[in-house]
Amino acid sequence: MTKSRPRVGPLAGKPGPAPEMDVDALIDDRGIGIIVCCGSGGVGKTTTSAALALRAAERGRRVVVLTIDPAKRLAQSMGIEQLDNTPRPVAGLRTNGKGNRKGGGLDAMMLDMKRTFDEVVESQATPEKARQILENPFYIALSSSFSGTQEYMAMEKLGQLHREYVVGGVYDLIVVDTPPSRSALDFLDAPERLSSFLDGRFIRLLLTPAKGPARMMTAGLGMITGALNKILGTQVLRDMQTFVAAFDTLFGGFRQRAQKTFELLQADGTAFLVVAAPEPDALREAAYFVERLAEDDMPLAGLIVNRASPVPSGELSADEAMAAATRLRQRDPESLTAGLLRLHADQSRIVLREEQLRARFAAAHPQVPTAVVPALPGDVHDLAGLRRVGELLAEPS
Amino acid sequence: MSGPSTADWSGVRLHVVTGKGGTGKSTVAAALALALASHGKQVLLCEAEGRQGIARMFDVDPLPYAERRIATGLRHEDRSPGVVHALHIDAESALLEYLAMYYKLGRAGKALDRFGVIEFATTIAPGVRDVLLTGKVFEAVQRNSRNKSATRYDAVVLDAPPTGRITQFLNVNDELAGLAKVGPVKSQADTVMTLFRSPRTAVHLVTVLEEMPVQETADGIEGLVAAGLPVGAVVVNRVRPRDIAAADLEAALAGGLDTARLTADLKEVGLSSGDGLVDGLVAEAHDHAVRRALEDDQRQVVAGMGRPTYELPRLPGGVDLGGLYELAAALKHQGLP
Repeated sequence: MTKSRPRVGPLAGKPGPAPEMDVDALIDDRGIGIIVCCGSGGVGKTTTSAALALRAAERGRRVVVLTIDPAKRLAQSMGIEQLDNTPRPVAGLRTNGKGNRKGGGLDAMMLDMKRTFDEVVESQATPEKARQILENPFYIALSSSFSGTQEYMAMEKLGQLHREYVVGGVYDLIVVDTPPSRSALDFLDAPERLSSFLDGRFIRLLLTPAKGPARMMTAGLGMITGALNKILGTQVLRDMQTFVAAFDTLFGGFRQRAQKTFELLQADGTAFLVVAAPEPDALREAAYFVERLAEDDMPLAGLIVNRASPVPSGELSADEAMAAATRLRQRDPESLTAGLLRLHADQSRIVLREEQLRARFAAAHPQVPTAVVPALPGDVHDLAGLRRVGELLAEPS
Repeated sequence: MSGPSTADWSGVRLHVVTGKGGTGKSTVAAALALALASHGKQVLLCEAEGRQGIARMFDVDPLPYAERRIATGLRHEDRSPGVVHALHIDAESALLEYLAMYYKLGRAGKALDRFGVIEFATTIAPGVRDVLLTGKVFEAVQRNSRNKSATRYDAVVLDAPPTGRITQFLNVNDELAGLAKVGPVKSQADTVMTLFRSPRTAVHLVTVLEEMPVQETADGIEGLVAAGLPVGAVVVNRVRPRDIAAADLEAALAGGLDTARLTADLKEVGLSSGDGLVDGLVAEAHDHAVRRALEDDQRQVVAGMGRPTYELPRLPGGVDLGGLYELAAALKHQGLP
């Protein structure tokens, strides 16, 4: 005997819309000391970071925003034109208490990847040894172009800012933009990659010739150094060996710092915002990231979908509008009304597609609060523009 | 849309396609490959550092490190189309292949892997990754006796890293210069650079008509020129329709559209002008006019770059395989290639 039972669970009905993210509640939460904005390239991460930082400052937080590679005009809008690794105050904030809250402030800075790396070396090694490392050709190449150095240094700088300023009480919120990587995941993977490199067999292999007793390693060793010499040339291997030998004592310190920053990211005071555009690739990347954050126990605050197309008004569907436009064009090919109907149809189709993409994301990740930010016609050039983006972020969509 | 361009691309064997993130450079690379593969031509579409974007666009299984036939080229003027092949280049496989091909390092190659050398070389060693990725592209363009059984291509299209990184990526020997001053890797990089700097290569930049991507395109061109790399075309993607007359756009901006006329037209085709339909259309017209004006400004900036320029329409339904052929036809119609 079968008894029909009401269906429950995920198949019971259409997935509801994603819960709405309350951006103001997030930036007003004094328990949150770090907000990390991540996502794939070209989705407006840097602008979002700057807009959030400004809004938080004008709501009374003492904020520093760390940008990675801001577009020139965005940097200018915040008054940061030199890349000098130092937080600079942003002028022109509305923190007078008239409609805002007093006590807020905003400093902005741009990451100088090489300078940050150099500083870590200088802080960890004796002056003599530091000089030796800084002048090594392998180090110079590594610190200025290693794919991953930027990600690692962004994390390192975040750790530094936190130690120096947040603990010291200068700032109570750090907003971090992340590098425009091949993949948004690189930001999280960089420390792991660095430490697996430092712990790796390869490093020990490079150190071996310098350390007598370990010489008896394997018979494969000679073959490998031979092969490397053949491919890279003997000078490269020599540079690498000198570098590794000089760097050897610093490894522990590096690993420890990376580990600490990683823990800082996992802590309750941190919130990750995943930024995306309503495009399949950007949302797929966002989905990877959301899953990865969960795996690593990193606190996700929500998804920001930037550049959403404006929703056309009225009930007229795309198909109805196209049919009407076609009929009008038969009579008058230049018909303005037909042109406007076609625009309406295009707009409806685009919005429908974007909604479907978001709904799919929400169905797979129903727990992720989402904020949808409509596309502005022009770029952001000044604080007023950033303020407008901040308002749009906070507005319920 | 502009008419056919007079630029001649027939001497170009390697088309490198770059663009700011989010401008659709992979879409344009795929459309260009389809357009090149007309008239029986064999074309290879490569992706370096990709996330299997080609496989998704062409709706095929994820690509291995091997050349696969993935699509029939664009049919043009009733001549039989060619074939697009695809290759997903990853640095690890490229290194192992390179070792096997040039050094006969069968066993040592495996040992290198065991010692983490492969991982080191492909992820950490500065510049080596790019030498490997570009080296494989070079091999596909310059097929020689070492790779007898492989297909010879009439053209290779590379879906390259974004504009911000393109000069560094292509300028491999510069990247290595601080590191390897002599040695096989260095001479490999030099050989690759000879091709990249020659007229047989063209670096195309994809943009949309917005300020930031256009600015980045200008900066990208400057960087490429400074590095002696050949700049090809600027491909403007996702262009809004331009079928509304300039006078009407102005009226829309000024709030002076003839609403009586709109109401009458709508009534004629049986649409009720109630429910704020007219107001809605007028508001949409205003928004469109604002964005069109900004696009026109940026179009001027792009024109000022003095490069052959091609425009592709925005596809409201998104880009599927059919959309790629549509875009390929638009490129071909305008003269690329």
